[in-house]
Amino acid sequence: MKKLLQNIYSYLDSRFMLSGLMEFAKKKKVPEHKHSFWYYFGGICLFLFILQVLTGILLLLYYTPSVDAAHESIKYIMSQVKFGWLIRSVHSWSANILIGAIFIHMFSAFFLKAYRPPRELTWITGFFLLLIFLAFGFSGYLLPWNELSFFATQVGTDIAGTIPLIGKHIKTFILGGPEVSGATISRFFWLHIGILPLLTVIILGIHVLLVQVLGMSKPIGIPESEVKEVPFFPNFILKDSLGWMIILALIGVLCVFFPWETGQKADPFAATPLGIKPEWYFTFMFTTLKIVPSHIFSVEGEVLAIFAFIIGGILLMLVPFLDRNAAKERRSPVFSLIGWIVVLYILVMTALTYLLP
Amino acid sequence: MIIRMRVQKIGKLIYSSSLIILAISHLNLSLNAQRNSCIECHKELEDKLLAPVETFKMDIHQQFGISCSDCHGGNPSEEDIDLAKDKTFKGTPKRSRIPEFCASCHSDSSYMRRFNPNLRVDQLDIYWTSKHGQLLKKGDTRVALCTDCHAAHGIQAATHPKSWTFPWNIPETCSRCHSDKDYMEDYKISTTQWDEYKESVHARALFEKKDLSAPVCNDCHGNHGASPPEVTSIAFVCRQCHPSAGELFSQSPHKKAFDEMELSECGACHGNHKILPPSDEMLGTGEKAVCIQCHESDSKPYQVASQIKDKLDAFIEKINHANYLLEQADRQGVEISGPKFKLVEANTALILARNLTHSFSLTEIEEKIEEGEKVVVEVIRAGEAALREAEFRKTGLIIATCFIFLLSIAIFLKIKQITKKAPNESR
Amino acid sequence: MNRRKFIDFFLGGSLVGTIIAFLYPTIRYILPTKQTEPVVKKITAAKVGELAPNTSKIFKFGTSPGILIFTPDGELKAFSGICTHLTCTVIYESDTGTILCPCHNGRFDLNGNVISGPPPTPLEPYNVEISGEDIIVSKKS
Repeated sequence: MKKLLQNIYSYLDSRFMLSGLMEFAKKKKVPEHKHSFWYYFGGICLFLFILQVLTGILLLLYYTPSVDAAHESIKYIMSQVKFGWLIRSVHSWSANILIGAIFIHMFSAFFLKAYRPPRELTWITGFFLLLIFLAFGFSGYLLPWNELSFFATQVGTDIAGTIPLIGKHIKTFILGGPEVSGATISRFFWLHIGILPLLTVIILGIHVLLVQVLGMSKPIGIPESEVKEVPFFPNFILKDSLGWMIILALIGVLCVFFPWETGQKADPFAATPLGIKPEWYFTFMFTTLKIVPSHIFSVEGEVLAIFAFIIGGILLMLVPFLDRNAAKERRSPVFSLIGWIVVLYILVMTALTYLLP
Repeated sequence: MIIRMRVQKIGKLIYSSSLIILAISHLNLSLNAQRNSCIECHKELEDKLLAPVETFKMDIHQQFGISCSDCHGGNPSEEDIDLAKDKTFKGTPKRSRIPEFCASCHSDSSYMRRFNPNLRVDQLDIYWTSKHGQLLKKGDTRVALCTDCHAAHGIQAATHPKSWTFPWNIPETCSRCHSDKDYMEDYKISTTQWDEYKESVHARALFEKKDLSAPVCNDCHGNHGASPPEVTSIAFVCRQCHPSAGELFSQSPHKKAFDEMELSECGACHGNHKILPPSDEMLGTGEKAVCIQCHESDSKPYQVASQIKDKLDAFIEKINHANYLLEQADRQGVEISGPKFKLVEANTALILARNLTHSFSLTEIEEKIEEGEKVVVEVIRAGEAALREAEFRKTGLIIATCFIFLLSIAIFLKIKQITKKAPNESR
Repeated sequence: MNRRKFIDFFLGGSLVGTIIAFLYPTIRYILPTKQTEPVVKKITAAKVGELAPNTSKIFKFGTSPGILIFTPDGELKAFSGICTHLTCTVIYESDTGTILCPCHNGRFDLNGNVISGPPPTPLEPYNVEISGEDIIVSKKS
């Protein structure tokens, strides 16, 4: 057996020049310290993304993106296709867990100041990946064409439409028309399985490449004596995969005991049900818009809030260039404090969404 | 020349004055054409004499250009009251003459044809056949006449929702007298009909679901010919909307028996005004059963009643079991919308079987139940399969989790092994 | 077998087992199922010649009843079998050439329009096509 593997390796090596790669891989090391637990979340995001791609490709076999058949095809997958309930539930649950993992990954990188030079581009590509995956979540949510998803999409795009000057055009472009319709399913499907995966491959590729080339960032101020270095292959990768196994088991339990519901088919002529909300990862923004007073200094409250979010996002993206202290490898408590305030805000707003009547 | 000028002047004078006279008389005429002195006077009065002016504004007669004088006579173009109330003036008709008052137009088919060729013209004839009409002929003016149900001046078409004779207003119109205990004291009939009807399934359909096809007083009693239906024709009346129950009953041995005993056919079991949704407890031989009102416990009918109830109960039991299985499967996440809809077929069979009780034929009911049972058995099988699927999923999960668990342990051991082999590898 | 080899075998074996545990559902998933399409938009309601003129057949369309009628004029017509009043299943009355709902005497003509009784709206009509031996009923788009 071992000889066979060696033969295969040397065959590939002489054609793909693998030995250079193998040398690099053997040398690659990962620092281990009291905060290195957070390193695993990047790999978890990658793992869940691959899981999404696999289950997504399987769902593509039976899903039909049209008003007349979308909901019916989901019902078909859940009831007639063997293990369809499993594939679909895995896809829906993993999507939510993935977005949660992305937030944790982003905030852990933020608090560990991993964005400081030379890793600015890693941070910026990561920011774009956040936007891409939020778009994945928003577009995918509509595809089953049930009541909840129809109205959540309507509410979400209505909010986009309130942006002054360009809002209406943005909304029409997103929806493929003046309102949520068959054109919207086609457009969201196009985004979900075409454009966004393509963008992800490119930007994720850059992101992972940067991580491989630059290695893991060590937190500021940790003394050398408290840092151990372990090889990436096989130590870190094995620990990574242990984490993946745990998550896989968790997803399995969720899918069997809490399968994702099919819901009622969307009826565009029905009245918007009371208390309609977007998916949980959008709720902090949604609740902010609901709470904000209708006018602040003669500007519409909602518009002001949307601008605040946009500017906040831009600032977040530019944080490697704003945090001068971290760039100089000095502690940066101001930015950490801002980070904690943001985390608290997001948690409180999300909780309020479900606690308020 | 002076003469010519004079003639011209006189000519002009004559010309202009005749123009003026013509204009004035024209004005007078047109004023007269619009003048309704009835309204002009009565709107200055109070209470009962003012009311017609207000209510007539919405009257259907007014919309067709018919006004006060067309019914009450008189000359509305005359301002002076004595001239207005001329020979033709009829004034307020005597209460006992109101039917003929209205019928003077409404029974004249050539007159009515000008306004609404579809409208019936036999209301008066029919009215005389009603209880109200009969009593009126005998001199009782306390009974209902045209204006009691249709109002006197604000009359609307029966198709207008505000009309006193629009379906959902009719019970109140009738109960204005029929629920008034003091008013109805001399007539020795019940005054509880409106209260009873309010609780009925027909009232719920009409007032809550706005189903205008639900029956109100006139659908069973007639409107102009209002009378309670004869005991022997109640099944025919109910049958207008409940054809199969009525037909089954009329063909059953109960019809002859009930008619002979002068029992209200449908009413004996279902009531007349307070008709409630029927329940299975009305069948069989239990406390609330209607069968035991007549049938002795050692009789054949008693046994048949008991058998019918038992068969139905067993069928319902099966349907409930099927429902329970589907609910269990649903709760565990298995898709059961297909079998759930199939169960609707079984429920239809149940409705039809319950309807067949009006035939009191055990064999027919058994047949229908058997049809339904075939469907329920299928659904039960699907439900059990769904539950097995739920079990299969849990088993599959346990197996997969075991493998993952084993793999995790293997990884963990490998990690331990590797770290032991090369501890503390430094930069 | 030493400890190291055991661990390697254990790792390899459990890895293979896990992969199979995941491959099995995936393969079952991609194999075609009995009901090959999700939406029942078309169904073979009857065979040509099955119905005599002026008779009807109740057939299952998806999960609800439909009624197929061979009219006295020789036309094949199909409608939803659910009465628009209180959802009882309708029947075809051959002597009057109308569709009757036995629950409250609602009546529809052979275009699905209400001609008497309490139903508030017409019966939903379906398309009928003949393909070889089959009478195929489908929803009007």
